[in-house]
Amino acid sequence: MKRTTLDLWVGIFVVAGLGALAVLALKVGNLSTYNMSESYQLQAHFSNIGGLKPQASIKSSGVLVGRVAQISLDPERYEAKVTMTIDKRYQFPKDTFANILTSGLLGEQYIGLIPGGDEAFLKAGDEIKKTQSAVVLEDLISRFLYSKAEDSKQVDKQPN
Amino acid sequence: MTIVENLRSLGHRIVNAVWRMGYASRFFMLILFYSGTSFRRFHLTIRELFSSGVMSLIIILVAGTFVGMVLGLQGYETLKRYGSESALGSLVALSLVRELGPVLAALLFASRAGSAMTAEIGLMKATEQISAMEMMAINPMARVVAPRFWAGVISMPLLSALFSAMGVFGGYVVGVVLIGVDEGSFWSQMQAGVDFQHDIVNGMIKSFVFGVAVTAIALFEGYDAPPTAEGVSGATTRTVVESSLTILFLDFILTAFMFQGE
Repeated sequence: MKRTTLDLWVGIFVVAGLGALAVLALKVGNLSTYNMSESYQLQAHFSNIGGLKPQASIKSSGVLVGRVAQISLDPERYEAKVTMTIDKRYQFPKDTFANILTSGLLGEQYIGLIPGGDEAFLKAGDEIKKTQSAVVLEDLISRFLYSKAEDSKQVDKQPN
Repeated sequence: MTIVENLRSLGHRIVNAVWRMGYASRFFMLILFYSGTSFRRFHLTIRELFSSGVMSLIIILVAGTFVGMVLGLQGYETLKRYGSESALGSLVALSLVRELGPVLAALLFASRAGSAMTAEIGLMKATEQISAMEMMAINPMARVVAPRFWAGVISMPLLSALFSAMGVFGGYVVGVVLIGVDEGSFWSQMQAGVDFQHDIVNGMIKSFVFGVAVTAIALFEGYDAPPTAEGVSGATTRTVVESSLTILFLDFILTAFMFQGE
């Protein structure tokens, strides 16, 4: 069986198709950041995670350092237990602070890590003790309305 | 009297449709059954890959680019109102990879390659080439039908990947080069928004299913066409109509399964 120009064209077609798939996976999709070559896992408990989802990014000073691996409810503490996969290149002190933040006003939620000053570093499987829950917009508004109501009560009392 | 006749013709139509459905299912099983025999002479499949896949390349590439450009323009106009032009990248990529890539590539493939398959096989039947093969103890299912089927099934996901990639490129040209959305946020929002397994793999599964559906319909219509000029033209029309509707219907079903409740 001899090779023909037809084979060449079909070869070009298949290579182009697979190339397009590779471009989609690496340039368009998140496969390039998907499997961080070396990583370790940390855990944290939050009383409310808001809209945090698995695969959400974990940033420190705005730099992507890892992704949320798993979210579950701790049946003993009734708090959300978040497992995070962190790039091995980045080490964080024991007293690192984990916040759930929102990018933009209505954007996606992510975890922000603020390093503390401890000498010892967090090891794989450790838990971040200091956490701050997501800001729930409804809570904020109700707190604001409540304080407004308090204010107006005091204003009413003053003339007497 | 007329009522009885109407009822009779209605019943006849329904019975006929069910009959055809059963015949089509048997046809599909036969394709799968004779695939092994056709793989032994793989150069037949290569030849069909050329005529259905390679020849569809131009239309897929051009259409993909323009669809991406339109998405870039329209997406920018809408996102600008909410001050989130930076999300343009993820909008373009998600709509292409999840829906437009597989669906539009399949629709183009159905009208470009599916109709050609139907016409070719229908004409082979009308000019008694298929009967001639049977006379020579060559199985037309293994020699003619199965290679075309696998060529369609192989080329469909590749074409859809090319369509999506060209669409992203078109969206990039309009969004970043012409309008001036920030390039960094265009790509980073895209990468943050598109998940490999959830979006790209599911899109590929979709286009694979569409490939099976379109080629099976095209081949069956051709094989089942009445051996006349009129019959072949009718079968070609039916191929395009049926496969377009099937693609859209299957797309709904698959989307409901893949992207439910998130």
